[in-house]
Amino acid sequence: MQKQLLLGDEALAQGAIDAGISGIYAYPGTPSTEITEYVQKSKEAAEKGIRSSWSANEKTAMESALGMSYAGKRAMVCMKHVGLNVAADGFINSAITGANGGLIIVAADDPSMHSSQNEQDSRFYGKFALIPILEPSTQQEAYDMVRYGFDLSEKLGTPVLLRITTRLAHSRSGVVRKESKEQNKLKLPSNLRQFVLLPVIARKQYKELLSKQTEFEQESAHAGFNQYFDADDKKLGIVACGISHNYLMENYPDRKVPHPVLKVGQYPLPLKMVDQLYESCDELLILEDGYPIIEESIKGVLNKGKKIRGRLDGSLPRDGELNPNIVGRSLGFQHEEGLEIPDFVAPRPPKLCKGCSHHDAFMALNEALSGYSKGRVFSDIGCYTLSALEPLEAINTCVDMGASITMAIGAAEAGLVPSVAAIGDSTFTHSGITGLLDAVNNKTPITILILDNSTVGMTGGQKSSALGRIEQICMGVGVEEEHIKVLKPLRKQHDENVKAIQEELKYNGVSVIIPRRECIQTLNRRMRAKHKAKTANIS
Amino acid sequence: MKKDIILAGVGGQGILSIAATIGTAAIANGMHLKQAEVHGMSQRGGDVQSHLRISDEKIASDLIPQGQADLIISVEPMESLRYLPMLKREGWLITNTAPHVNIPNYPDIEKVLEKIKSLPRHVALDADKMAKDLGSVRATNIVVLGAAAPFLELAIEKLENAIRSIFKTKGKEMIELNLNAFRAGLAVAEKAS
Ligand SMILES: Cc1ncc(C[n+]2csc(CCOP(=O)(O)OP(=O)(O)O)c2C)c(N)n1
Repeated sequence: MQKQLLLGDEALAQGAIDAGISGIYAYPGTPSTEITEYVQKSKEAAEKGIRSSWSANEKTAMESALGMSYAGKRAMVCMKHVGLNVAADGFINSAITGANGGLIIVAADDPSMHSSQNEQDSRFYGKFALIPILEPSTQQEAYDMVRYGFDLSEKLGTPVLLRITTRLAHSRSGVVRKESKEQNKLKLPSNLRQFVLLPVIARKQYKELLSKQTEFEQESAHAGFNQYFDADDKKLGIVACGISHNYLMENYPDRKVPHPVLKVGQYPLPLKMVDQLYESCDELLILEDGYPIIEESIKGVLNKGKKIRGRLDGSLPRDGELNPNIVGRSLGFQHEEGLEIPDFVAPRPPKLCKGCSHHDAFMALNEALSGYSKGRVFSDIGCYTLSALEPLEAINTCVDMGASITMAIGAAEAGLVPSVAAIGDSTFTHSGITGLLDAVNNKTPITILILDNSTVGMTGGQKSSALGRIEQICMGVGVEEEHIKVLKPLRKQHDENVKAIQEELKYNGVSVIIPRRECIQTLNRRMRAKHKAKTANIS
Repeated sequence: MKKDIILAGVGGQGILSIAATIGTAAIANGMHLKQAEVHGMSQRGGDVQSHLRISDEKIASDLIPQGQADLIISVEPMESLRYLPMLKREGWLITNTAPHVNIPNYPDIEKVLEKIKSLPRHVALDADKMAKDLGSVRATNIVVLGAAAPFLELAIEKLENAIRSIFKTKGKEMIELNLNAFRAGLAVAEKAS
């Protein structure tokens, strides 16, 4: 078949379509969003009837995928790394239930925090759950690993974690496809108690999971994603995990590394190969685009063996993503540097778009709060987080999705009244509703702004689960109707909006204010599409 | 043949269309390609860059090593300078001269242009104005691509075909506009190089 140019994310998606998935479940999050978007746009996926609409959050996505696996079909669930924190309960326990139909969990990590609040390494989660992990180094491997991962999942009855990092997720290269597989038929687990994790059953299942570890390791040794390349210069042996292998090879233009190399793409580690490398080389260098997990485990806490170099001994930086230069320096190469960046080149941070509704909402909030001391606005994650920066400087926290309402509760209960929460519409349905219920049950004096731009803005304008439901949800949870106010965040309505917010700040209970105006990006996109449709009709 | 290219600009300026055009032409030539893009947060009016690597042989890294880029192609003058550490000694810098000012501390544009002109190998052109004169500023990126074309070692005809295929869904007018933009940029570069 002909090569297709695909992003790492798209290669995973095409791999899943061709591996016969019946559904993909996800909540958007950089750098994972494009996987699900690819399936949503794929004609083939539509013809095959693959379900692909967005879930409310990563936990609902994870559990829905597990349900599809229970029913015997192949399912993939995708999220950014921090999404796995949200899905962790279902994720860890899915290792105990095991899978029926193939189940792959894709976690897209973001070393260097290009678009994230941390750079946690999802391989820890895979190890924690005691399941196999796949880590591609190329787009082709990403494609191939999905096929293999589903086969492995069904063969050994286990969910499989596939970890990708930003650089591969968002890099394009040629991919050759394989023949497409049929979807599985509906087929329930032969033991209908397999998924009932009562302690008496869970203990048995857990023992089974533990006993599968040897098979997992055998798979790592033989599946072909871990490769041992021997070479003469044994002063150094190199372990290169995932994409770091590319950076290693870049440093050898003839693609011949003089040292033995263990290329790692599957975990648990293939112990024989690691042992061979350790025994035959004087010292080891461990390359990982993430936390020093392998480095730490080979080193051991006492570090009494051979010299192990990597992120922990300073051979590589402790944080941030790797690149060819960083890897080159750890091998002792000097690089020719280009010219320096002139000192007048100014940083150009991202900012709210011109005409963004959040801007007008925060202008009004800032003025409404001008009579109070500073530091009262607990916010959340989304485009509106950019209002922390100049010129608005309107918010004081951003921790994790949903933490605005709940942190405002704690602060108000500590005596900071009024406390304000500012949360986006999608973040509200992702993780805000339960916090709102806490506030209502305690009648906590907080004012909540649900910034409704009617889309998931930050990740590129996906459909928001909150669309058309916010007031109903708030009332259903128990917010008093007279303390739910909808505003139009426009400059010409500024004074009116300030007054409305001020009134609610004084209320000794839960108020919800909904500044509602469509995201300027999705609005423009809709207008362009409309215009295009019109001109197409004419010609 | 091997070319390592840094594409630079501000979110929304269309550097990915430049990448897609060069990529399509390279693939039509049977070459290998790797292209690292920036998605997500920075696309909100921040600085964006893409590493585009094309080669007759297999490519290892998705990222270009520092000091190894053959070309910087930038749709914005200050942004072109942000990636100077990536450029080879004998590399070329091709840039638009019209600034995109969306920050309060944008430097004196004269200083920016002076620095660009001090580089021994550069092509600088007011692509905004050229695109506007041709009908739409939306073709600015392709004017810049045209100015970079002589340095790509890809047949001009292949690049024009790539433009036709990239803008196919946007209609005949857009194809014409972008072909004209490409040719206008190319004419400037041919005089300069
Ligand atoms: C657990 C988790 N999942 C996903 C993300 C990625 N993410 C950041 S903000 C956001 C959505 C924000 O949408 P919304 O609340 O509607 O605000 P908007 O960006 O539209 O202003 C997403 C999906 C994340 N940071 N954390």
